[in-house]
Amino acid sequence: MELLSGAEMVVRALKDEGVEYIYGYPGGSVLHLYDALFQQEDVQHVLVRHEQAATHMADAYARATGKAGVALVTSGPGATNAITGIATAYTDSIPMVVITGQVMSHLIGEDAFQETDMLGISRPVVKHNFSVQRAEDIPTIIRKAFHIAQTGRPGPVVVDIPKDMTTPTDRFPYEYPKNVKMRSYNPINRGHAGQIKKAMDLFLSAKRPVILAGGGVVIGQASEELRELINLTNVPTTNTLMALGALAGRDRHNLGMLGMHGSYEANMAMHHADVILNIGARFDDRVTNGTDKFCPTAKIIHVDIDPASISKTIRADIPIVGPAKIVLDEMLSIVKASTKQLDAESLKSWWEQIEEWRGRHGGRYRTDDSELMKPQQVIEMLDTITNGDAYVCSDVGQHQMYAAQYYKFNHPNRWINSGGLGTMGFGLPAAMGVKMNFPDADVACVTGEGSIQMNIQELSTCSQYDIPVKIICLNNQSLGMVRQWQDMNYESRHSQSYMKSLPDFVKLAESYGHVGMKVDKYADLEGAMREAFAMKDRLVFMDIAVDPFEHVYPMQVPRGSMRDMWLSKTERT
Amino acid sequence: MRHIISVLLENEPGALSRVVGLFSQRNFNIESLTVAPTDDETLSRLTVTTIGDDRVVEQITKQLNKLIDVVKVVDLTEGEHIERELMMIKLKANNGTVRAEIKRTADIFRGQIIDATQNTFTVQMVGSSSKLDAFIEALSGASILEVVRSGVSGIARGEKVLSL
Ligand SMILES: Cc1ncc(C[n+]2csc(CCOP(=O)(O)OP(=O)(O)O)c2C)c(N)n1
Ligand SMILES: [Mg+2]
Repeated sequence: MELLSGAEMVVRALKDEGVEYIYGYPGGSVLHLYDALFQQEDVQHVLVRHEQAATHMADAYARATGKAGVALVTSGPGATNAITGIATAYTDSIPMVVITGQVMSHLIGEDAFQETDMLGISRPVVKHNFSVQRAEDIPTIIRKAFHIAQTGRPGPVVVDIPKDMTTPTDRFPYEYPKNVKMRSYNPINRGHAGQIKKAMDLFLSAKRPVILAGGGVVIGQASEELRELINLTNVPTTNTLMALGALAGRDRHNLGMLGMHGSYEANMAMHHADVILNIGARFDDRVTNGTDKFCPTAKIIHVDIDPASISKTIRADIPIVGPAKIVLDEMLSIVKASTKQLDAESLKSWWEQIEEWRGRHGGRYRTDDSELMKPQQVIEMLDTITNGDAYVCSDVGQHQMYAAQYYKFNHPNRWINSGGLGTMGFGLPAAMGVKMNFPDADVACVTGEGSIQMNIQELSTCSQYDIPVKIICLNNQSLGMVRQWQDMNYESRHSQSYMKSLPDFVKLAESYGHVGMKVDKYADLEGAMREAFAMKDRLVFMDIAVDPFEHVYPMQVPRGSMRDMWLSKTERT
Repeated sequence: MRHIISVLLENEPGALSRVVGLFSQRNFNIESLTVAPTDDETLSRLTVTTIGDDRVVEQITKQLNKLIDVVKVVDLTEGEHIERELMMIKLKANNGTVRAEIKRTADIFRGQIIDATQNTFTVQMVGSSSKLDAFIEALSGASILEVVRSGVSGIARGEKVLSL
């Protein structure tokens, strides 16, 4: 058998996992690893400018492909800088393997230089973590890390490697295990047949059914099955922020996103439904609004791969634990074989009601109350120019909600955003991670002048590796989402929500060697944006001035029911 | 309601901190916690007593099950079970009347005096937590110098076993 050092084993194991790119930043405790990387060509390393960006790049790769992304950082500050990215992936159940250096074993616990207890710090935000204590365990630990990250409810796994585990002169026989068995980890691979049968019985007897798709459908690669079920049953469907694209944005069954900034029709339909089939959504607080007033007439079927997500906030009438794809497959065969069908009359009047709601609000916004461009117009233009086919990697704030509301995704896995943690700074590195792996696709980073500055340094990484993403910066000169809450709840006392002294983003982009564009009139928008997307091999930073006073609507009234919404600054349901 | 939850845990470094961390992270309450190796050296057995309504306890068992190092979880209170806790209690016993009184009370509760000095008695007692509470209550006349309790351990009655 071949003899490899610990460092070489790490790199070889990554290769054996089929990893093409890893994202990282070197430092003392990972120098042996970087030396091993230098001496091979199978695994390519991308040098970021801040470790947070490395984790977001790996995370976005995983969101787009379903496979675990990999980041590599040094101990101490390298590891702590990675924490935000690890937490971001954890909250959205994204598979990721993060390799962190650690001080030498004999120094652990002595407050050595750049020592932090990474196992302790990361514990609440990882699916699992490992510390390597014997170099010969490295292949098995890496295999386990990928196995845990990618199966069941996915999530990030940290592998902490003390420097002496990677010493070049200590060599061990290397064999990569194909499979690992863990007696304490057996993810569920199918749903309970009896429960699924019961669920379909209930579903098919509904008069006002709604399907709710969550991130589990996207991560679980179950969009096709979902679409088939919808087409077969003609049931109105809504989705969470994490499931945009599971059903095509322009499909007539699609009511759009639900929840705090969900569409009027989606929230109304939820409120009045008699049966809700939830597949892979965890009923979090941004979706349910006040749980005591949640969907008062609905019976709830909840499919989730994680039993702990079921009946955590909303009690399920029929719980089904299992992977979305397999469960949906079984549901499909039941529906196809069943003599029972949804009552056509009831479904017809349910749709009439929904179309009436759709007509009443249906995503309108005003364009006549300001000289300035509306942020919604920018997203609609992006949608038009890219045909709903782009990867849209978003930051966090109002712009994120506009993107979610107005970009009509044709495909799943193309809406890349930090939904659960809401991490500002996610957008640019995420777009980079996607673009590197899908060089021919249109990749847009929708951001705000606040968020973009949280990882702006990555423009430098983009020049080094030629990553021609398009940055669509909705510049409202304020931390818009914060300002909106201050407008609504604090009598417009805009405490610290202005972004005074903004840089000249055009010059900034240019100084990194990219193209900068400033757009402040709607009339110029289409031309500029088309030009930007036509420059296939250039990063273009579009600094787009939008109305700073615009609010995101609908917006649910706090602790109300699903149907309690502000529809504009002056109208309430 | 009070629940006694038994957990079989991989005997790995850091495994215990995952369990304890979970409880604080999710705001679950811990009344007592015991942990020790089992006859199988790769496994530890951990017992937590907690107070919560059904929804909370359901979450506790589900979340525990999700931890990779957790092999099995059982809520002992769901079935017939036996619960035991060990207590050692040091009391001031510096005159005949007090000493006689302590001895009598300890006898009633089937406690044993396991150490004595001129001025103190140390009583050992095994039983359910409520029995230990009752003993402390019964001693209200005496002055207590120190109490140490092991936390609850539990086992199912009958033929049911918690093992691999
Ligand atoms: C790291 C981080 N810090 C703070 C917040 C709180 N926050 C949410 S949205 C927002 C404002 C974002 O401003 P900008 O990026 O300009 O977007 P806008 O809302 O103006 O579109 C802030 C501060 C956050 N989500 N993430
Ligand atoms: Mg802004």
